[in-house]
Amino acid sequence: MFKTIANLQIGEKAFIERLCLENIPLKLLEMGCLPGIEVQLIQKAPMHDPLYIKVNGSHLAIRKETAEKITLVK
Amino acid sequence: MSDDRVVKVALIGNPNTGKTSLFNQLTGLKQKVGNYPGITVDKKQGICKLNSTKKAEITDLPGTYSINPTSMDETLVLDTLLNENNSTYPDVVVVVIDVENIKRNLLLFTQIKDLKIPTILVINMIDQMKRKGINLNVEKLEKQLKTKIVLASARKKIGIEELKAKILDYKNLDKTPIANITDRIDKDYFTKLKQAFPNFPLYKSWLLITQDEEFDFLTDEERVLVLKFREDAACIRRYQHKETILRYQIINEILKNTFNVDASKASDLRGVLDRVLTHKIFGYVIFAAILLFIFQGIFDWASYPMDLIDSAFASLSSWAKSVLPPGTFTNLVAEGIIPGIGGIIIFIPQIAILFTFIAVLEETGYMSRVVFLMDKIMRRFGMSGKSVIPLISGTACAIPAIMASRNISSWKERLITILVIPFTTCSARLPVYAILIALIIPDKKIFGFLNLQGLTMMALYLLGFAAAILSAILLHHVLKIKNKTLFVIEMPNYKIPSIKNIFYEVVEKTKAFVFGAGKIILAISIVLWFLASNGPESFKNAEQTVAAQEENSTISKEELQKKIASYKLEHSYIGYMGKTIEPAIKPMGYDWKIGIALISSFAAREVFVGALATIYNVDSDGDESTIKQRMAAEVNPTTGKKVFDFPTGISLLLFYAFAMQCIGTLAIVKKETNTWKWPILQLVGMGILACLSAIIAFNILS
Repeated sequence: MFKTIANLQIGEKAFIERLCLENIPLKLLEMGCLPGIEVQLIQKAPMHDPLYIKVNGSHLAIRKETAEKITLVK
Repeated sequence: MSDDRVVKVALIGNPNTGKTSLFNQLTGLKQKVGNYPGITVDKKQGICKLNSTKKAEITDLPGTYSINPTSMDETLVLDTLLNENNSTYPDVVVVVIDVENIKRNLLLFTQIKDLKIPTILVINMIDQMKRKGINLNVEKLEKQLKTKIVLASARKKIGIEELKAKILDYKNLDKTPIANITDRIDKDYFTKLKQAFPNFPLYKSWLLITQDEEFDFLTDEERVLVLKFREDAACIRRYQHKETILRYQIINEILKNTFNVDASKASDLRGVLDRVLTHKIFGYVIFAAILLFIFQGIFDWASYPMDLIDSAFASLSSWAKSVLPPGTFTNLVAEGIIPGIGGIIIFIPQIAILFTFIAVLEETGYMSRVVFLMDKIMRRFGMSGKSVIPLISGTACAIPAIMASRNISSWKERLITILVIPFTTCSARLPVYAILIALIIPDKKIFGFLNLQGLTMMALYLLGFAAAILSAILLHHVLKIKNKTLFVIEMPNYKIPSIKNIFYEVVEKTKAFVFGAGKIILAISIVLWFLASNGPESFKNAEQTVAAQEENSTISKEELQKKIASYKLEHSYIGYMGKTIEPAIKPMGYDWKIGIALISSFAAREVFVGALATIYNVDSDGDESTIKQRMAAEVNPTTGKKVFDFPTGISLLLFYAFAMQCIGTLAIVKKETNTWKWPILQLVGMGILACLSAIIAFNILS
């Protein structure tokens, strides 16, 4: 099992290892969500979707299906 | 002389960078909102005096994070920058960035710079720098970014004059790209691209092939080449990702020795607010409370100015009648045009109040939290968290609401939102509901405090939302549109809203309504007036016929006049139309007079009450109780029962809740979706639902 942003606990930080490029909106990369960058989970909406993250100085909300495609360094 | 020309300036920046504040500072009230040809995205332009002789025309482009568009608004930025023949193609681009998000904001700047257009960089909100512990080396940054930098605080009017001076001097700006990104992605590929389009800057050619759009400024040969390059979509996608990664590497390199933040100075107000406002219980409670407050504002506060406008137009109408010489022209003015304009103006208070609330919520950054909280729920109905704002706006008017759906990037979610918005109870339905409820629901209190009429009104609102949600679920399952999630939203920092920005926003939205919907309402009123005040032979002889009928009775002169008016209406064109459709509307419990009101309000619902006022020949003094009394007293001549009894009233309420009676909305849906397919679907689908529910309700209740 890979660890993804969807597996983070609220407040937990980790570094991005790989993004499954086929299924990630280009916009997310353009917002600074890139390999090697630290990401922190700030809040989860009810039913754990969407997720509120902080990455590269940006505060973003992404859907769980997107978060599951971003694997983290263990 | 090229020097006498107005300098064309495009303002570009990420959302929430204070770009609009800067635009307002530069242009003041000298703004105009137009339309871009073919699409309905508002074009915000203003004139700015650079010095005593030279002026600039400033275009405020929609906020975007990147030059690669993901929604309709953002496409505009790309189109403006690529098409040199466009009338808005800028002489100079001013990129506005927020000092707090400098890294992410610079991505867009580096993209625009690669297009070789003269570019000025405005670093906004510098008044926050000290508080946030930010240090900038401007000189070094200018050199590395190959641009001129203006440090500004648009809200505090810092840096505005300096920016004007730099715009004046735009010809001396460095036009070279910051770095040869394309070479670093794949040199061979981009050499081929360069050879294919030798006349364009390389980055422009790259943008042409990466977008799905048709660019109409290209020649046929260029178009063929573009399509050929687009064939290898996987490769393009890979290179786009690589490009983004490389851009960030360059930006990081540049910022390393020009920018630093003292992290100890960061405050955690945002964290505290977020914990409360996006909390899984409190978050929803707060949102519900805010919604209640907004509705209170729309219905309670707006009623005072609306009553004023109503009576003002009624007296204006009678004044016009008394001053102008009697005749067709006077009737057209007093009975067609003035009430027509009044029918538009009366909605301004509600629309302005609603958009004030929405503007405040957007300016503060709260709206993004609502999107976050509502996204999962809305997705079950085939929509997005971003659909919440359009659906709330729909309670004022569907037209601006449909325009507000443009920032939803997934086409399916956006389409469903557009299709169901007309179910929400817009303010045009209010006068119809008000008069029908007053007629059929007793003014009683239940449990001692709940007003029965008020409860009915609320039930109708809930019915509208329920219809919207249920039809969204249906569409979600029926529409087979491939849906790729592109949902990425920024959660901006909380801000105190700027009154100036809110004021401009509200003025602009209200204007859009007045000139968009207003034109149609006015036109319909005039047509209606014509149909009701003209008719075939029997209409022209109305005076003699009625006088002959009443020869032996002793009615007053006034009574006689009313009888004549009534006879005229029955024999006017619209009267014949009402009679023609009577058999069709009988199953719903309506007679030909209600038929006239239905036909009249086909294009705009609010005409219903005005049409009834004409039908029941009430003097146009705007006193609603008299219309109400007349309607209540109206008896069906064949059955002897009241016309507006409970079954008919409920049937009418349901009909107005569901039917798509708004030409303005149909027109905007056609414009936004680019086909007649969807507005026709709305018209037919909502019409069938309205008729069926009216027939069923009428037959069960009677």
